[in-house]
Amino acid sequence: MTDATTNATTGTPEAQFGDYVQLLKPRVMSLVVFTALVGLLVAPGGVSPMIGLAAILFIALGAGASGALNMWYDADIDRIMKRTRGRPVPSGRVDAGEALSIGIALSVMSVAMLGLATNWVAAGLLAFTIFFYAVIYTMWLKRLTPQNIVIGGAAGAFPPVIGWAAVTGSVSVEALLMFGLIFMWTPPHFWALALFMKADYHEAKVPMLTVTHGRTETRRQIWIYSLLLAPVALGLGLTPVAGPVYLAAAVVLNAIFLIRAFAVWRRDEATAEADGFAAEKRLFRFSLSYLFLHFGALLADAALRLTGVMGV
Amino acid sequence: MPITQTHELHTRRFGRNLGVALSLVAFAAIVFGLTVAKIREGASMEAYDHQPRVSITPPVSNGSEDGQ
Repeated sequence: MTDATTNATTGTPEAQFGDYVQLLKPRVMSLVVFTALVGLLVAPGGVSPMIGLAAILFIALGAGASGALNMWYDADIDRIMKRTRGRPVPSGRVDAGEALSIGIALSVMSVAMLGLATNWVAAGLLAFTIFFYAVIYTMWLKRLTPQNIVIGGAAGAFPPVIGWAAVTGSVSVEALLMFGLIFMWTPPHFWALALFMKADYHEAKVPMLTVTHGRTETRRQIWIYSLLLAPVALGLGLTPVAGPVYLAAAVVLNAIFLIRAFAVWRRDEATAEADGFAAEKRLFRFSLSYLFLHFGALLADAALRLTGVMGV
Repeated sequence: MPITQTHELHTRRFGRNLGVALSLVAFAAIVFGLTVAKIREGASMEAYDHQPRVSITPPVSNGSEDGQ
């Protein structure tokens, strides 16, 4: 530690600008930006590039604000888990009160600015998303129920709906199916991670499904949610926002996802531990590409429609 | 007496202050860009309530009305 990063009076590490950026969970924000951008671009009508850019920025800022509120409230359990120990609040670089102030200020600012830039339906949805993630998920249900991941997934599923609403001023079945895609994808994605990161959640006493209902039940739930995910993903392919690229991608990606989820379900713990949770890690890694490629395919179809290629 | 000596605190917080300054400049640029975009979009709107301004809407040509 150098003088440049240490408070001379208190001896504690002092926050740099990057620590405040970390407070907004930039990695989560990147997924929010991408899915909101797709929601915005595939929506009928369209907005000027400047308004679209501003909308995406304020949606991302709102997501960052809820991340800061999450870090403020969860500092006690973040301190215990290896994965989160280095975050700005548990490491002492940013004061918890400061994280709360930043979270509240950015929440108000992002909602107000999104309302002024686009419309108040989108702003209302952003406000609800922040409330849902910070209060319903973080403060209430995360420590109460093993279904926390399912509930948290709803907050992560809102950005494409907000992007859609920013253009259309309403919510339609296409937007709801984009919501459903992320919502159904979240449990198998995170539970696959929880299967090979078991010690962390257990030590923090977060009621992760692996701890409360056992690992065999978690494997079964991964399979059930994967089965529910496939019709939602394919259903989106039948709406006007999708085209041949999405439909082809959805068929292939969901077939692979189901095969990998089935493999995770059928394995016992001894086999999984023997190969270092290879199947679980494979499903987790694939789930990242799965979501990215689905939304990427929607973008590709929108581009095809715009250029008139393939008659779509 | 003018303050000429830079305190250690100033050096330590330079990066943070620069980041905040750049964020504020970026925010101002976005608000300015939004204003320009809104004005361009709303060219045919009344300013006071953002309603379509009928008085400047180009007349719709209707061939049957003027016999052409």
